[in-house]
Amino acid sequence: MTTKELDAIRAQKQQLIDVRRLVREQAEEMAKHTGYRKQVLVCGGTGCTSSHSKQVIEHLEKTLKEMNIDDVLVVKTGCFGLCTLGPIMIVYPEGAFYAQMTPEHVETVVRQHLVKGGSIVKELLFKDTLHPDGSITPFAETPFYKKQMRIALRNCGVIAAEDIEEAIAAGDYAAIEKVLTSMTPDDVIKEVLDSGLRGRGGAGFPTGRKWSFAKASAGDVKYVCCNADEGDPGAFMDRSVLEGDPHCVLEAMTIAGYAIGAHQGYIYVRAEYPIAVERLKIAIGQARKYGLLGKNILGSGFDFDIDIRLGAGAFVCGEETALMTSIEGHRGEPRPRPPFPAVKGLFGKPTILNNVETWANINPIIMKGAKWYSSIGTERSKGTKVFALGGKITNVGLVEVPMGTTLRDIIYEIGGGIPNGKQFKAAQTGGPSGGCIPASLIDTPIDFDNLVAIGSMMGSGGLIVLDEDSCMVDISKFYLEFTADESCGKCTPCRIGTRRLLDLLTKITEGKGEDGDIEKIEALAEHMKASSLCALGQSAPNPILSTLHHFRDEYEDHIKNHHCTAGVCKALLSYSIDKEKCIGCGLCARNCPVSAITRTDYTAPGHKLASFAIDPAKCIKCGVCMTNCKFKAVERK
Amino acid sequence: MEHCEAKCGTAEQEKALEAVIEASRSTPGCLMHILQEAQGIYGYLPMPVQKKIAEGLGISLSEVYGVVTFYSQFSLNPKGKNRISVCLGTACYVKGSDKILEEVEKELGIKCGECTADGLFSIDSCRCVGACGLAPVMMIGDEVYGKLTPDKVKGILDSYKEANK
Amino acid sequence: MAKMINLKINNIPVSVPEGSSVLDAARKAGVVIPTLCYLKDVNCVGSCRMCLVEATGARGLVAACVYPVSEGMEVQTNTEKVRKSRKMTLELLLSKHKKECLACERAGNCELQRLSIEYGCDPNYFAGDETRHPIDDSAPYVVRDRDKCINCMRCVAACNKQAVGAIGAIDRGYAAHVGSAFEMDLMSSVCVGCGQCVVACPVGALKERSTVDCVWDAIADPKKKVVFFTAPSVRATLGEAFGLPVGTNVEGKMVAAIRRLGNVEVFNMDVTADLTIMEEAAELVNRIQTGGVMPMFTSCCPGWVKFVEQKYPEMIPHLSTCKSPQEMFGGLLKTYYCEKNGIDPKDLYVVSVIPCTAKKYEASRPEMGGEVDTALTTRELARMIKTAGIDFNSLPEEAFDNPFATCSGGGTIFGASGGVMEAALRVAAQMLDGSFEVVDFKEVRGTQPIKEATYKIAGKTVRVAVASGLANAKEIIEGVKNGTRHYDFIEIMACPGGCVNGGGQPTLPDSIRNSTELKSLRAAALYKSDKKNGYRRSSETPVIKMIYDEYFGTPNSEKAHKVLHTHYHEDKRI
Repeated sequence: MTTKELDAIRAQKQQLIDVRRLVREQAEEMAKHTGYRKQVLVCGGTGCTSSHSKQVIEHLEKTLKEMNIDDVLVVKTGCFGLCTLGPIMIVYPEGAFYAQMTPEHVETVVRQHLVKGGSIVKELLFKDTLHPDGSITPFAETPFYKKQMRIALRNCGVIAAEDIEEAIAAGDYAAIEKVLTSMTPDDVIKEVLDSGLRGRGGAGFPTGRKWSFAKASAGDVKYVCCNADEGDPGAFMDRSVLEGDPHCVLEAMTIAGYAIGAHQGYIYVRAEYPIAVERLKIAIGQARKYGLLGKNILGSGFDFDIDIRLGAGAFVCGEETALMTSIEGHRGEPRPRPPFPAVKGLFGKPTILNNVETWANINPIIMKGAKWYSSIGTERSKGTKVFALGGKITNVGLVEVPMGTTLRDIIYEIGGGIPNGKQFKAAQTGGPSGGCIPASLIDTPIDFDNLVAIGSMMGSGGLIVLDEDSCMVDISKFYLEFTADESCGKCTPCRIGTRRLLDLLTKITEGKGEDGDIEKIEALAEHMKASSLCALGQSAPNPILSTLHHFRDEYEDHIKNHHCTAGVCKALLSYSIDKEKCIGCGLCARNCPVSAITRTDYTAPGHKLASFAIDPAKCIKCGVCMTNCKFKAVERK
Repeated sequence: MEHCEAKCGTAEQEKALEAVIEASRSTPGCLMHILQEAQGIYGYLPMPVQKKIAEGLGISLSEVYGVVTFYSQFSLNPKGKNRISVCLGTACYVKGSDKILEEVEKELGIKCGECTADGLFSIDSCRCVGACGLAPVMMIGDEVYGKLTPDKVKGILDSYKEANK
Repeated sequence: MAKMINLKINNIPVSVPEGSSVLDAARKAGVVIPTLCYLKDVNCVGSCRMCLVEATGARGLVAACVYPVSEGMEVQTNTEKVRKSRKMTLELLLSKHKKECLACERAGNCELQRLSIEYGCDPNYFAGDETRHPIDDSAPYVVRDRDKCINCMRCVAACNKQAVGAIGAIDRGYAAHVGSAFEMDLMSSVCVGCGQCVVACPVGALKERSTVDCVWDAIADPKKKVVFFTAPSVRATLGEAFGLPVGTNVEGKMVAAIRRLGNVEVFNMDVTADLTIMEEAAELVNRIQTGGVMPMFTSCCPGWVKFVEQKYPEMIPHLSTCKSPQEMFGGLLKTYYCEKNGIDPKDLYVVSVIPCTAKKYEASRPEMGGEVDTALTTRELARMIKTAGIDFNSLPEEAFDNPFATCSGGGTIFGASGGVMEAALRVAAQMLDGSFEVVDFKEVRGTQPIKEATYKIAGKTVRVAVASGLANAKEIIEGVKNGTRHYDFIEIMACPGGCVNGGGQPTLPDSIRNSTELKSLRAAALYKSDKKNGYRRSSETPVIKMIYDEYFGTPNSEKAHKVLHTHYHEDKRI
C-alpha cells in the first residue's frame, strides 16, 4: 500500500470516527454525512464480555434486523474504562451512555431510541450522565471522565477493535507514515528522547535512551519486543489497549524497528488474555494484508514484521531478561546484566523491550511532537499514566490522568470514593513490587519519583484502594505469597528469602510473633533488595517495608497484643454471643458450618427464648454467624 | 479418566501432536508454543507427550519437564471437564475471593489443584483475569462469573452438574 | 592480543584482558572472592549471590563471577555491606539445608560449611523447614540427597555439558529443585553414571554409592582372598586426597597403602589396559581387513557405552566388543589366575579401584557375570586409607604384586583422553606393518574436546578421532551418522579429559578447581610415566606375552572372546 492509499482510507472513514469524538451538536451535523443515522458502540473488552456484552451485541443486531433498521452501525469496541458498569453501550451522535445492559434493555433501547424519531431512554443511562433536572450530561463531563486525559487510551472504546480501517481513520499509522516519509532514525529517537517518555512497565527507564543504546549496538539483526505479560494482579491497562487499539502497538513497534534498525518484532502476551491475543492476531493479519507490516512498508523499502509469543503463567517473565529467555523457549529465569538487552538481548542480539502502554504513547509523540508531550505531567515524569482502579472504590475501572494528579483526585473525584461509608486507609500501587500509601499522603502528586520517595513505585499502574477493613500485615502477606509463588527460584535471596519473609509474616498473623521478628524482617528485606538477581527479588520486600514504615503499630499490635484491628487475621479473632442481646432465634446456629453454636439455658430479660453460645474450641472463625445475626448479638474481638 | 501412558493418546491426538512438532521445530524457541498446542490437544502434558516433544526437538526430557513445571499454565494432571479457576489477584482478594475458593472447595470436596473423582470439575486459582471491575470473579471454562459471594457458588456449580445429567 | 583493562580490586591495581570478569581480576590481584554456583568450565550464572562485591558505576552489589571489568573500575570485596549480604545468603541456604554435618561425607570438604564458618553464620538464624524428601539411591553408582542441595545448579550444568540431561531444574520459587523429569529416580532416567555431577557438587547432595563396607567385610573374612587392582589414572590423583599437589604420581605409595589395608594383593590394572589394546587392535585390524562394521568405537568407558545403548542403540555394532580393562581383569582373575593358583573363584574377592562412578554400574551389569565383586572410586580408597590410620605421605614406595605388575606405557596413558587411541595405534600399526616404528602419536594427546588425525600405515590411510566429554561424543556420532565425519577408529571417553577427570576422582576445593588446569596436570603425570617406561607398546611386556602363551593363545581367539569380550543391549531412553 502507498501513503496515498493510506490517506484515502483515512479520509473516507474520518467522519465516522469524528461523530464519536465531537460534542453532541457538531456530531449530529457530522452524522448526516456518514450514511449512518446512529452508531451504537458496545464494549467488547474482557470486563464487559464477562458481563455478557456478547449477548447484548447479538441481541442488538438481531433486533435491528427484525425491525428493518439498516442505518444504524453497530461497533464492537475495546474498553471504555468503567468496568463495573458493564456491559456498556454508547449511542452516537447523542453520546448516550447506557450501563449494565441486558438483552431486555437492548430491546427497549432499540424500540424507543434507535428507531427513527426515537429518543434517549433516560432510565437506562449511567446515572452520572443524568442531571437531576432531567437534562443529560455528556459522559465526558462526568466526574469519572472529566479529570482524565486519554493519550494511551485515545482510541479505546472509540473504534472497532477488529477493523484496521477504523484504526487508520482514528489516526493509527499516521505516525509511521510520517516517520518513513520525513524522518531519519535519529530524528525518531530524538523526538522520543525529548518527549521525556519513561517506560510504563515498572522502573520508568527513559524510552528514548533505551532506543539510542540499541541503535548504537552493532549488528544487522536486532529485535523489538513488546511486553504484554501484564502480570501485576489488579492491573489491566495493557490488556485494554491490546483489546481496544491493537494497531497502535504494531505501529509503534514498527517505528522503533525503523529507529534502531530491526526488522523483527515479538509481542509476548499472557495466554490468560484470550480476547487480546485474538485481536492482536487479527490486527497483525490485517496490517500484513494492508502492507503496514512485512516487506517494503508504505513503499519505503523498510521491512518489519511481528510475531506473537504466548506466556504461560509466570509473573517473572515481565522482567525483561526473563521475558527474552522465555521467548527463547526456556524456563523464564532472568539473566544477569550486563550485558544489557540493548547490547545482547533476545537470541543474543541487540533488543529493545517496552510495555504496551509505553508503545501506546509513541504515535501521539510523533504526531504532536515532543514539545507537546513534555508539556504534560511533572518535571521528571512526562505525559499521562493509566491506572487500574480496584479494591474498595466505587468506580472500579481504567483511568488515564496526567502525571502529577493527586491520589485524592484519583480516588475521590474520579473513583467516586470509598463505598459503604467506610474510611480510606491506604492505596497500594505498584503491585507486588510496590507499596502502600497511607491516608496522610493522599495529596501526593503521583509520578515516578514521588512514589519511590514515599516507599512505593509506579509499577504498571495497579491502584488498589484499601479501607478500614483491610489489615496491613495481611496485605503484606498476600503480596509475599504472590512473590514467593512467582519467584523463579534462581537466586538465593529471592528463592529462600521470599519464603522466610512469608514464614515470619504468617507467624505474626497467627499470633505467634515475638520480639525481634520485625527487626529480622527488616534485615532480610534489606538483604533481598541489595542482593537479589533481578527486580522481582529486589522489589519483593517493598510491600512489607512500606507497610512497616507507615503502619508499624499494626505489626506491633499483632505481635504484642495478639490483636488485629481490621479483624482480618483469623487466628487473632474470637467470636462470642452477647447473651443479653441474643433473642434465641437460632439463625446463627443453623448457619454455622461446624455446629459450634448451641443453645444455653439462659434467657435474657425481655426475651422469650434462651440465648445461644459459641464453643471457641469448635469455632473456625468464618464469621457466618455475625453476618446472619440481625440483632448485632455476635461480637468479634 | 481414560488415558494411555504408553502411547500418546488417540491416533488423532498423536497425529495432531506430530504435525505441531513438525511445523514448529525449526522456529527458534518453539518449545513453549509446542507445549501450549500439546496441552490444547491432550488437556494436559503426560510423560509420553513430553517424551515425544523432547525427541522431536532433540532436547532432553528434563529440559522439557523443567519448562513445564516452571509455568503455572502447564498441567501434569488431567483437568476436569469443567475447569474452575478462582481469581486470587489483588482486586479480587481484597473483595474476598479467598472465601469464594473455600466455598468451591467445600462444595466439591476437593482442594485447589485437584480434580473431582467423576472428572466433572477441577479447581485452580489464578492471578487476575483482568476482570477486576467484577471482583471477585471465577472462571468456569471460558465463562466468567463476577461479583460473586460465597452463597452464589452452589447455584452456579449445580447448573453445571445439571447440564451434565 | 586482547585489549587489557586496568582496574583496582581493594585498591590493588590489576590489568586483565577485556571481557574478563571481576572474579578473574580478583584472582589475579590475589584477592579471594567466595563462590558457590561458579565452577570453572562448567557453570557461570551469577545465581548464588555469594560473590557479590561493590563496584564503581554499578547500582547496588554485583556478582563478581559474571560482572565484566571496565577501565578504571574500582572494586571493593570486603565492605560491611558485602559481608552482611554474604552472611545472610549463607544463613538462608542453611535454613533449608539438611544439616547432618557431623557425619556428612563432605564435612571438612564442603564449600557451604567452609564459608559458613568463615562468615560466622548462625545456622538457625532463620527457622527453617523440616520437609524432607527420600534419598535417591536407586542407582549402583550415585546417591542423591535433595535436602542437602543448595540449588547451585553445578550438577545440572555438568550433566547438560555432557549432553545427557538426566537432571534439570524443576518447579520454581522455593520449590525449585534439581531432579529428573517426572521425579523419576536416577536409575530410570537417562543418566549414564559418569559422575560429573558428583565432582561438581559443592556440598554433600551427590556422592557415589559407597561399597567400602563390603570391602572391609571381605578383608575380615578369613575364607576370602582379596585382590585389588588400580586403574591407570588413580595413581595420578590419589595424592590429592592427602594434600599432595595436583599431578603427583603416587603409584608406589598407593600400592603400599592398599597393602596395609589387610591381607590383600595389589595388581596393576594397566596390565589389562595392555590386554584391552591387544584385543582391540586385533579387532580393528580384523574389521579393516575383512570389511567389518566401520568406524569402530572404543568401548572401555562404561558411561559412553551406556550413552550409546540409551541414545544411539543403532550404533551398537560400531562399538568394539572388547570388555573394559576393569572387566578384563575380573575375567582374567576369575579364570586364568584362579586356575593357575588353584583358587575357587567363589573365594576370590576382586576389588577394582577406579576414577569413575560408571564403573560401579559396569561391575553390576549381568553381562559381566559379577567378575569384579566391587568397584571403589579413588575417593573411597582414600577414605579406607584414612580409616586404617595409614600416614599416606610417609609411606615407602612399593611395587605391584606379580604376576600383574608390569605394564607398558600404552597401558598407563589409558587414563588420559587420547591414551587408548595412542596405545592402540602403537600396536595396530605394527600388526599391519611390522616395520612401523613410531610410538608417539602426539596429535591425539591433549585436553581439546575433539582431536583428529590421519596416519598412513602399510599403505592404508587410517583416520582417527578422539573425543572426551559426551557432548563432543554426540557431535562425532551425529557426524558419522549423517556422513559429514569419516573415520576408521574413534576413541570416546565420557568425562572431559578422560579418566583423570572422572566422576570418582577426589573432590577438590573450589579454590583449587577454579584456579588449576586439573585435566592437563593429571594427564601429564601419566605421559611422564609412559615416557619413562621401557615398554611403550602393549604387545611388548612379559606379562602380556605370558597371558597369551599360557592361556589365550592369540588375540581374538575363541577363549579370548569368551573371557575378554562382551555384547551390548539396546536400551532406548528419552
